[in-house]
Amino acid sequence: ANMKLILILSALIGASLCLETFVGHQVLRVKTKNEEEVKQLQLLESLEHLELDFWINPSAPALPVDVRIPAGSVQSVKAFLESQGIEYSILIEDLQDVLDKERQDMAESAQRQRSTGSFDFSAYHTLDDINAELDHLASEYSFVEKIQIGESYEKRPLYVLKFSTGGSNRPAIWLDAGIHSREWVTQASALWIANKIASDYGTDESITSLLDKMDLFLLPVANPDGFVYTHTSNRMWRKTRSKIPGSICVGVDPNRNWDAGFGGPGASNRPCSDSYHGPSANSEVEVKSVVDFIKNHGNFKAFLTLHSYSQLLMYPYGYKCTRPDDYAELESLGRAAANSIRSLYGTTFQVGTICNTIYQASGGSIDWSYDNGIKYSFAFELRDTGRYGFLLPANQIIPAAQETWLGLKKIMEHVRN
Amino acid sequence: DIDDVGHKYYLELELEDVLDKDRTVSCTAEVLYHLGSKTSAPDVQLTVQGELRSTEEADKEFYNRIRSLEKELVAENIPDSHGNVPPELEPIHLLAWVASGYVIWQNSTENTKFHLAQVKHVKQVKRNDEDLQFDFVLLLHEMVSQEVLPWEVTLLWHPQRGARVPQS
Repeated sequence: ANMKLILILSALIGASLCLETFVGHQVLRVKTKNEEEVKQLQLLESLEHLELDFWINPSAPALPVDVRIPAGSVQSVKAFLESQGIEYSILIEDLQDVLDKERQDMAESAQRQRSTGSFDFSAYHTLDDINAELDHLASEYSFVEKIQIGESYEKRPLYVLKFSTGGSNRPAIWLDAGIHSREWVTQASALWIANKIASDYGTDESITSLLDKMDLFLLPVANPDGFVYTHTSNRMWRKTRSKIPGSICVGVDPNRNWDAGFGGPGASNRPCSDSYHGPSANSEVEVKSVVDFIKNHGNFKAFLTLHSYSQLLMYPYGYKCTRPDDYAELESLGRAAANSIRSLYGTTFQVGTICNTIYQASGGSIDWSYDNGIKYSFAFELRDTGRYGFLLPANQIIPAAQETWLGLKKIMEHVRN
Repeated sequence: DIDDVGHKYYLELELEDVLDKDRTVSCTAEVLYHLGSKTSAPDVQLTVQGELRSTEEADKEFYNRIRSLEKELVAENIPDSHGNVPPELEPIHLLAWVASGYVIWQNSTENTKFHLAQVKHVKQVKRNDEDLQFDFVLLLHEMVSQEVLPWEVTLLWHPQRGARVPQS
């Protein structure tokens, strides 16, 4: 009876959300043998009337090309491939069947989660699950509010959790994660940290005195379009998903797009590059929304951002290799934060300016925030140092979040004082 | 700096065995990056001081397991999106690291920093001789450009003879 209810529920939800139907859509896996065949596929990609959706784009002969084909185009695409002698296999016979099953699974899982009542912080989640948890935190704690500061390129809301125990426009701390979508430990850690702060207010002396004086704004998924893409198509996607005029490549590196030394060394002007800075500073709505929000607020004292991997704790500058005016204070605070991080599990973070520690990189967020008067600007690169890299096992999420939180706390305490 | 030749680096390294964290081994290395040469790999001389752990038992067991497979092993996405590696594929993961070491060595300059990001695809190829052959598609992450690029590489391995990349 429960099963039937779930099926009816998911059908109703599907109908009410007016979901696109994929009946008869097939997903083919195309195995290219050489550059010539890759070019043929790129030609196919450019024929917009076919409405092909490449899950893995044709780029190199070594990689398979996965493409979703609407029902009406299936026969003609197959005929084209066969006439060119290009090998393919059918990954998914009917996409709608797969989606129906998935929706059913997720409904069952959601029902299971609702009945146990807790979010699994030691697992990686989808964007929808993360947004649901943000709603949950906001509803459970009176001093936590979910606000929307803008929309992504593909029109997904940019949600920020505001932690505020009162006052009016108190001095504030900014914390974001997931600006580079493949850095999954950062969005996951941000969720854990949000929950930690919310649940420990009132009992933890440090958090309580912090929130009694200052507000905290946390953006757990700064690049939702990229994040969804890492779930659905390419786990290694880094950039936004904006279409670039005049290019078949997609997306801009959002951490080269800020107005700080924009277009300088350490960013690429090629749209297909993973460090493409974009057509102009703040061209990416994901970046502009944050810039506008922070400028309008006018009272931010710290700007903290989470990345992975490499285990680094950095402060400005990245766009130039000279020390910031507040070098001594930032270096010393950075060292103190790194010591706090190490105290928990022995994880060592290197401290220094971006340019000295990692590489020269222009258009970065903490350079922008620092040059706009936010002195305490730090960028973290979380675990690990390369063994798993972006694919950090889920069982390391909580240890990574715990140690990172100690470092953030150290910085926030200094800002508060 | 060596005039008209390139840049030479003298390194003292400590190796940590990821499967036996308490065990470290010291080694020294000399690395020569050739001047201006875009197609030449750096010269590397390495001396290991001390002994590496013996893995004879595990090597033999893995070798026999693969040799006795009816169908050639095929696998994808190691680790998967969540960082998981099924235990029976862990040795393949480790061999992929070896293969990535070769690719990284061949493609490194003083301005690159590579890591193995993921084993996208691996296919075993049965051979008439005693070596195991694995054809890999590896994703390498390059830190400076931030690109994640696929590389095809074949690795041969034998429990006594060790690993090598055949020159095709």
